[in-house]
Amino acid sequence: MLDVRGIHKVYEGRGRTVEAIRELTFTIGGGELVCLVGPSGCGKTTLLKCVAGLLAPTAGEVRLQGQVVTAPPPGMAVVFQEYGRSLFPWMTIRGNVELPLKQKRIASGRREELVDQALAAVGLDDVHAAYPWQLSGGMQQRVAIARAIAYEPQVLLMDEPFAAVDAQTRADLEDLLRGVWRRFGVTILFVTHDIDEAVYLGQRVLVLSSSPTVIMEDLAIDLPAERDQLNTRSAPRFAELRAHVYGLVQQAKQGHQAPARIPRV
Amino acid sequence: MTVAARLARRALVTLGLPLVLVAVWWVASANSESFYLPPLRRILETFADVWLSARLADDVLPSLLRLAVGYLAAVALGVAVGVPVGASRALRDVVEPVLEFFRAIPPTVMVPILILVAGIGDTMKVLVIVFGCIWPVLLNTVEGVRAIDPVLDETARCYGIRGAARLRHLVLRGASPQIVTGMRQSLSIGIILMVISEMFASSNGLGFTIIQFQRGFAIPEMWSGIILLGLVGVLLSLVFRAMEGRVLAWYHSLRRSHRDGGAA
Repeated sequence: MLDVRGIHKVYEGRGRTVEAIRELTFTIGGGELVCLVGPSGCGKTTLLKCVAGLLAPTAGEVRLQGQVVTAPPPGMAVVFQEYGRSLFPWMTIRGNVELPLKQKRIASGRREELVDQALAAVGLDDVHAAYPWQLSGGMQQRVAIARAIAYEPQVLLMDEPFAAVDAQTRADLEDLLRGVWRRFGVTILFVTHDIDEAVYLGQRVLVLSSSPTVIMEDLAIDLPAERDQLNTRSAPRFAELRAHVYGLVQQAKQGHQAPARIPRV
Repeated sequence: MTVAARLARRALVTLGLPLVLVAVWWVASANSESFYLPPLRRILETFADVWLSARLADDVLPSLLRLAVGYLAAVALGVAVGVPVGASRALRDVVEPVLEFFRAIPPTVMVPILILVAGIGDTMKVLVIVFGCIWPVLLNTVEGVRAIDPVLDETARCYGIRGAARLRHLVLRGASPQIVTGMRQSLSIGIILMVISEMFASSNGLGFTIIQFQRGFAIPEMWSGIILLGLVGVLLSLVFRAMEGRVLAWYHSLRRSHRDGGAA
């Protein structure tokens, strides 16, 4: 589905070069929900922009269903962290969700249907005519998610989408995302610096080292598919996985890159 | 407060100072013997005779038409050039010093040159207005396009919003607050240049008529022309504000919601 092969990214600055990503290779299968977690400043956003086709890697390639990504492909949607800056403030909520569909030349009847369905899925049935700045941060991010779902992407990329909302809203949005993922069967690559969030959401967690970035571990999350904030987060297995990822991220911060095996209990 | 009371209060706030100024002028000039500063009463008496006549069609209308054509052409040109310049760093580096140079030239000194090039007809007068009005629009458009949020731009790219749709939904809307600021500055420049361009070589127009009165020592008539110019300015700025209220409604509300500490 989504193949990331040997991505290497060097920023050429004035008189100095910064190697942001050394070598990243991973594959995401259709319908998977994969979280990328790593210490801050480890090149997560750089990686995501390379995957999205917004940034050209120095070496390596990204393939979406076999096609090399050189520009944002039509089958990909992105949800950014900065919800307040990724919605068009001069358009209504409905207008924001609908505009990409118009660009895709989807017939107006089907368009209406997709917009209604997407806004309903994120629990925003009653704000179609409002403007983004009239909504709270959490609601704005729901609009961004609705826009992404309505677009019917093959892959949905999310760049720390819940980092700027308060803790309770964040928990709600996490559950909302799991619900949307299971209902629509979309493939999701979710970037975060929050270890708990990565373990709670993902089927797999890719742990990144600090910059220059490599993958330290590709960890399968063997928690049940039915997850909820209370039981999942208090499950012993959740604590183990969390502790394991935490250990890796701590190592990454200290510059170690030795992969460790997860102990089975 | 009832609606009527609110309206009365608004009217008082808006019209209060103008009424006081007119009253002061009226009283202070009432017994004026000065040839050049006639009583306001006499000026207003001539106002109706002078302007509510054939002059409205022969002089006022041509002036306003030239202003409209010149101003709108300047806005269109300013935006058309400003968008690519604002979007491209390389183009900006090349073009900006030249733009600053032309902007620094007072448009009035261009009048004799434009007469040589374009003659003394409407074309010259329109060109003078264009030359003066284009700079605020152009430079503000450049700033506005430059300031478009990179996150919003990337969002548009991800969702395939390209070409004409990108121009319409992202670039022009995103830069519209600055474009409107430029247009507001240009409007007052345009009114000034409308008058000045008619003072040089003309056979009709508001500026021409006022100069004629002045040269013929028709002093109350001259004053009435100046008052008419002021009224035209007020009227145009009201029209402009109504337009701005529609186009930038989202922007003003957005700013207000930020000021009040964000949304709900």
